[in-house]
Amino acid sequence: MEYFIQQLINGMTLGMIYGLIAIGYTMVYGIIGMINFAHGEIFMIGAFVSIITFLMLGILGVGWMPLAVLIVMIVTMLLTSVYGWALERVAYRPLRNSPRLAALITAIGMSIFLQNYVQLLQGARIKPLQPVIAGGFRFMQESDFVVTLSYLQVFIILLTLILMAVFTLVINKTALGRAQRACQQDLGMAALIGINVDRTISLTFVLGAAMAAVAGLMFLMNYGVIDFYIGFLAGIKAFTAAVLGGIGSLPGAMLGGLLIGLIEGFWSAYFTVEYKDVAAFSILVLVLIFRPTGLLGKPDIEKV
Amino acid sequence: MTAPAHEQGGPLISVEHLTMRFGGLVAIDDVSFSGDNSEITAIIGPNGAGKTTVFNCLTGFYKPTVGRLTLNHPAKGELLLERMEGYQIPAHADVARTFQNIRLFPAMSVLENLILAQHNELMRASGFSVAGLLGMRRYHDAEQKAVERARYWLDRTGLTTRADWDAGNLPYGDQRRLEIARAMCIRPVLLCLDEPAAGLNPKESAELNELLRYIRDEHQIGLLLIEHDMSVVMEISDRIIVLDYGRKIAAGTPDEIKDNPDVIRAYLGETEEEALPEVVAQDLEHPVS
Amino acid sequence: MATPSSEQLKMQPLDLPALFKEAGYVAVVVLGLTIGLVGFKTEDVPGGLDIVTRFGQVILATVVAFAGRVGFILLRERRFIPVLIGAGAFSAAMLVLLIGNIVDADQGVGRFLPFESLVVNWLIMLFALVLAGRAAWLWSHTRRSQFVVDREAAMDRFSARVQQGAKFFGPLMLGVAIILPFLPVADRRLLDIAILVVTYIMLGWGLNIVVGLAGLLDLGYVAFYAVGAYSYALLATYLDLGFWTCLPFAGIMAAFAGIVLGFPVLRLRGDYLAIVTLGFGEMVRVILLNWYEFTKGPDGISGIPRPTFFGLPLVRSPPEGTESFHEFFGLTYSPLDRIIFLYYLILAMALVTNFFTLRIRKLPVGRAWEALREDETACRSIGINPRNTKLTAFAIGAMFGGFGGSFFATRQGFISPESFTFIESAIILAIVVLGGFGSQIGVVLAAILLIGLPEFFRELQQYRMLAFGAAMVTIMVWRPSGLLAHREPTIRLYPHGPPKEEGQS
Repeated sequence: MEYFIQQLINGMTLGMIYGLIAIGYTMVYGIIGMINFAHGEIFMIGAFVSIITFLMLGILGVGWMPLAVLIVMIVTMLLTSVYGWALERVAYRPLRNSPRLAALITAIGMSIFLQNYVQLLQGARIKPLQPVIAGGFRFMQESDFVVTLSYLQVFIILLTLILMAVFTLVINKTALGRAQRACQQDLGMAALIGINVDRTISLTFVLGAAMAAVAGLMFLMNYGVIDFYIGFLAGIKAFTAAVLGGIGSLPGAMLGGLLIGLIEGFWSAYFTVEYKDVAAFSILVLVLIFRPTGLLGKPDIEKV
Repeated sequence: MTAPAHEQGGPLISVEHLTMRFGGLVAIDDVSFSGDNSEITAIIGPNGAGKTTVFNCLTGFYKPTVGRLTLNHPAKGELLLERMEGYQIPAHADVARTFQNIRLFPAMSVLENLILAQHNELMRASGFSVAGLLGMRRYHDAEQKAVERARYWLDRTGLTTRADWDAGNLPYGDQRRLEIARAMCIRPVLLCLDEPAAGLNPKESAELNELLRYIRDEHQIGLLLIEHDMSVVMEISDRIIVLDYGRKIAAGTPDEIKDNPDVIRAYLGETEEEALPEVVAQDLEHPVS
Repeated sequence: MATPSSEQLKMQPLDLPALFKEAGYVAVVVLGLTIGLVGFKTEDVPGGLDIVTRFGQVILATVVAFAGRVGFILLRERRFIPVLIGAGAFSAAMLVLLIGNIVDADQGVGRFLPFESLVVNWLIMLFALVLAGRAAWLWSHTRRSQFVVDREAAMDRFSARVQQGAKFFGPLMLGVAIILPFLPVADRRLLDIAILVVTYIMLGWGLNIVVGLAGLLDLGYVAFYAVGAYSYALLATYLDLGFWTCLPFAGIMAAFAGIVLGFPVLRLRGDYLAIVTLGFGEMVRVILLNWYEFTKGPDGISGIPRPTFFGLPLVRSPPEGTESFHEFFGLTYSPLDRIIFLYYLILAMALVTNFFTLRIRKLPVGRAWEALREDETACRSIGINPRNTKLTAFAIGAMFGGFGGSFFATRQGFISPESFTFIESAIILAIVVLGGFGSQIGVVLAAILLIGLPEFFRELQQYRMLAFGAAMVTIMVWRPSGLLAHREPTIRLYPHGPPKEEGQS
């Protein structure tokens, strides 16, 4: 029982991270109907910018932890967003009217490029970071297995919920959100009624990248080590989450992320940790075959 | 309900109680009609009446929610189309179709488009590629025959000299005709044409009429035709079925349909006078300069 | 024809503030991109990480981006001469520095090269050179239109010419490939590289069936390569079977794996299919890695038998009671014999793949593959079974991947899951993309370029994957059908050119 609760907590934390990345996939898919395969690398870049900023703050002597985390978060979101913007501008905008496969190949090319770009610039070694937020709540002290809910996990879960709330507000209440939903329906028509489609799409990438950046920061704080390869697996799992939740649906992305995180957590705890990635892939395949619209997605009627 | 019964079984195609729902939306509601050999049956109706959906059910792109679609195949007997998988309907039941927004293989040549329509036959002749890979005579002969048939339809549609063009590079009217030629290359017993005259100029429309009549009279197959262009519909159809909001509202010969009050109402609608909202009234008084 | 010539396009006066704004915009973005990851480098030190700054590089990158953008804008505004002079002078100066660096790396002018990385310096120089060249070209061909359609048509004509040329220099290349081992330059290293290149050519041709012809983006091709390699390795080590017995079996196993994967997923839409195949590739690798009892996990399988020449082993001293290749033919033993044999083996396998592809393109299946790539709905409407057709493409592509895998296993004598990562799939895909979908000769050129070149210039190795990624993006942006893509109809009504079109109907 205690063990189960612990896995639940761990899985939820992981799920929050996947959910934040999945938002980027789902938004981009919703608006231009392509899989931004390089999104996982944006997440990885976010993690790298975070670790660099943490180290710089350490050198500059910013010791007060909440301030440090806040600064790191802002810097990471800003710098990573530039990558998201540039990615769209350089690699995807010229291909907006090309066959889907062309755009997907570009995305894969971009993913390979970014991975090796970071590897060349920062080295292939694993980068460790001292724990930033230590300690936690301890439950069920009297039993054999003490359940720990670390402050870090609380921070991750709370921050994700806040971000999600802000994000939902942006999509539902602001002009940008309205423009975005209009573009989701029909790009051509949105352009005709005077919505700046290019800017809306750019902003979608920027927002997605900012979310992925926060996810990168959380990943770094949660695991304490990163390398240039983390974006690949995290990207695929987050994509699985987006598909599971129903690609194009924001709550779906969060739900999917949570489910994938939980499945991964429990799978590692009760079955074999070696095959946890296989579990994620199997879910992806099963969902795509049996329910391609995901849990919360709208059905897609084939137009002939 | 059904067309005059023939000696041997029913009409070529009979649609009985066809209903198609998408979630809560009822696209087709209990429609029945039939079409016969050597006849052109037109399906008309305002936009959104469910015409294309009827075709999609007939050609296996949708599984109808309710209904029976019987094809009385001259050689194979009665076939229930709603039980067949999409690709089997052209392959086994010999029902061909064209699309509202032309669907050719644009990067492949005109001739290849027509050869592809004879795929299943050639596939058997090539011994599922084994004989073909070994370069056997049998496949070579079959391919020659396929080219002959393609050439016949190229001649009929006036595309012979452009046989080696990429289909995507043809002018619009040629693409329309090529799609019909491709459908005819599967040697159908029933041909479903979805707005074949859309986007054609009057001269091309007249040529199309000519072609469709030729197909009906010489090849003696059944044709189902969705069309908005009344000059085509009234001139060549033998019978007309009118759909509105997914329901059949009328059926009969072109002359009967022409004067049917229900049909006129469906097309023109009722007019009502309405007071303009203030904003709009102002817009009208001060047009944007 | 109807494109406006430059005379009609009036020269507009330059809007300098707008120009600087646009270029400044780009500079700010580049600054944002580089400040984090280029400006600071994490260094491993005992007890954690340290930071090294490289702000000079960041500023340089920003300045270069600004200048480059100004150059582009000027080109767009048809101010060719300043671009020609500026970019020309810059590239010339860079070239002097680069050559100085080659002559004397420590003392000469090479010290003044702006960027730390030599490759980046070369790239900047080349970029300026291209800019200058383009300016000169446009200046001398002012009537030349810059429209995308024309460029596309021109590229298609070029690709068609390359394919036409392939009829002539294809056999020539084949001839060179056949006599290569006996050329005086053929040493062990060259032959090894040649074997590698031909292996990738074969894999590229195999994948081309799936991606180029059938239009199914398979990102897990390496899985079939792995299945082939492991099939052979396991059969050979457990059951003691020879290479020639196992080869067809490995192909069948890979094709079977293709069908097993393909059956459930082939009705998925293109991009979903791609991700699922990617997942499948990773799954196969994870299973190979963790199923220790069967595959020996990360330790891999060693002692995989070498192929024999129709039963004659290519070794110095054969086991008791058998005769070796050199003894049978009365030759003196040379360790190069085995390498040459391997080279011919893979060359033959590649040629079979090529022959098969060229042949099947003209058969109903091949045409159906291409039709499926064009329009699946239309395929169904003319009675082509999409699933079976896709399955055959998938299975046949997988089969050739499996053959390639067995060859890999027998050449290396040792395999482990490490050889079958996603990167491998990406490299093969890059070859197909760069070569142009469906273009057989394109695959050859791309494989030589992407595999051969970095093998010869080891310094380029670390930039290789970076360049692959960049090349994939650039080519897709520039020409989404692939660099040398040009399609010849598989059958013509008029093989000797169309007749004169009489009065149009």
